[in-house]
Amino acid sequence: MTRISVQVDGDHYTDEVEPRTLLVHYLRERIGKTGTVVGCDTSNCGACTVLLDGKSVKSCNMLAVQADGHEVTTVEGLAIDGTLHPMQQAFHDKHALQCGYCTPGMIMASIDLLNDNPHPSEDEIRVGLEGNLCRCTGYQNIVKAVQQAAGSEQS
Amino acid sequence: MIPAPFDYLAPESVEEVLAALAESGDDAKVLAGGQSLLPVLRLRLNAPEKIIDIGRIPALREIHEDGEYLAIGAMATHDDVLHNALVTEHALLLHKTLVEVADPQIRHRGTVGGALVHADPAGDLGAAALALDAELVIAGPGGATRTVAAKDFFVDIFETAVQDGELLTQIRIPKHTGWRAHYEKFVRVAHQWAIVAVAATVRMDGGTISEARVALTNMGSTPVRAASVERALVGKPATDDGVREAATLAAEGTSPPSDLNGDAAYRKHLAGVLTRRAVLAAAGE
Repeated sequence: MTRISVQVDGDHYTDEVEPRTLLVHYLRERIGKTGTVVGCDTSNCGACTVLLDGKSVKSCNMLAVQADGHEVTTVEGLAIDGTLHPMQQAFHDKHALQCGYCTPGMIMASIDLLNDNPHPSEDEIRVGLEGNLCRCTGYQNIVKAVQQAAGSEQS
Repeated sequence: MIPAPFDYLAPESVEEVLAALAESGDDAKVLAGGQSLLPVLRLRLNAPEKIIDIGRIPALREIHEDGEYLAIGAMATHDDVLHNALVTEHALLLHKTLVEVADPQIRHRGTVGGALVHADPAGDLGAAALALDAELVIAGPGGATRTVAAKDFFVDIFETAVQDGELLTQIRIPKHTGWRAHYEKFVRVAHQWAIVAVAATVRMDGGTISEARVALTNMGSTPVRAASVERALVGKPATDDGVREAATLAAEGTSPPSDLNGDAAYRKHLAGVLTRRAVLAAAGE
């Protein structure tokens, strides 16, 4: 077992983990952050995306021990006192989901995208989200949601 | 699936890594960013007894100028390198190639050194390293280092000059200041491995190509330098007519794989087409 100390959604956690534990399993099974889901489990789909020190990563493609000393933000850490993060609100407003399974990862990747590029074009949004698969929406409303959050909606 | 159990070490210096490697023999595997290794471990394609995580050595992540070279630490992430102004200025081809590597999440974790040592023939960075005449600095037992030219670094599929007990520490790229560049990658869906890709960088004299470097991805068991294309491009105008004939030489001497994405003959055809596009795009940047 290896001792790790991580900050997740603003709270500190110190735990003994098996080194082979994937970050996504640590988040879900040890500290109960089930908002982050396992999708493809092959690092393709991006459903498990979280922010590590503010940068998007696929938490199924990382060991929990690699997060030792770092700061993780999951979809559960976005809302403040019940007020949705602007990206969450935009996904809600634009109905940027159908089954919703890709949504946690899609929202985290979208936040990272706007951190890098606050005013992306439609093409830049589509390319910026290439690491996240949605099998329901055809991406149309997801792109609209990111545009809303960026304040660049076409009326 | 999750990886098979392993012992985990996270040394804080290159010396400690080398000592751990010396002690472990071939039962140990080095973990860089893990974006290729983690899938391998999860699918149980490999089950090393020991994982040596080199992610806690800040010195391995530095990018700096060193005379006529750009020195990139092996643990610099794709994202670090992609957004580094020195890289854009002195090794534009590397920047252009990194744009096409995987997706943002993978680029945040994956490292340039890890990708080169993984040596997947469909990986993008090998061709860029080869075209830029990169030199790879490898530390060995006791801390001795040796430098290997990119052309000698790639040995076979998933095999490089890095031996048991050794660690790639730095990628040195001769400055190609002012050279234009493009990486033309052919895929069928987003963030797929290249079916074929072409890395091209050119030095222009007005509208004429005065020097060219071209390397191919997934046209054999290692990245391949298209030397005859490079020679044929010298003195040619950067126009469709000027480049077309030289580009037809791209597949010369290659032995590309045949798989579900295309057979060898199709890949040879692609190599010519993509070389023409890559050189024209590079010259037009």
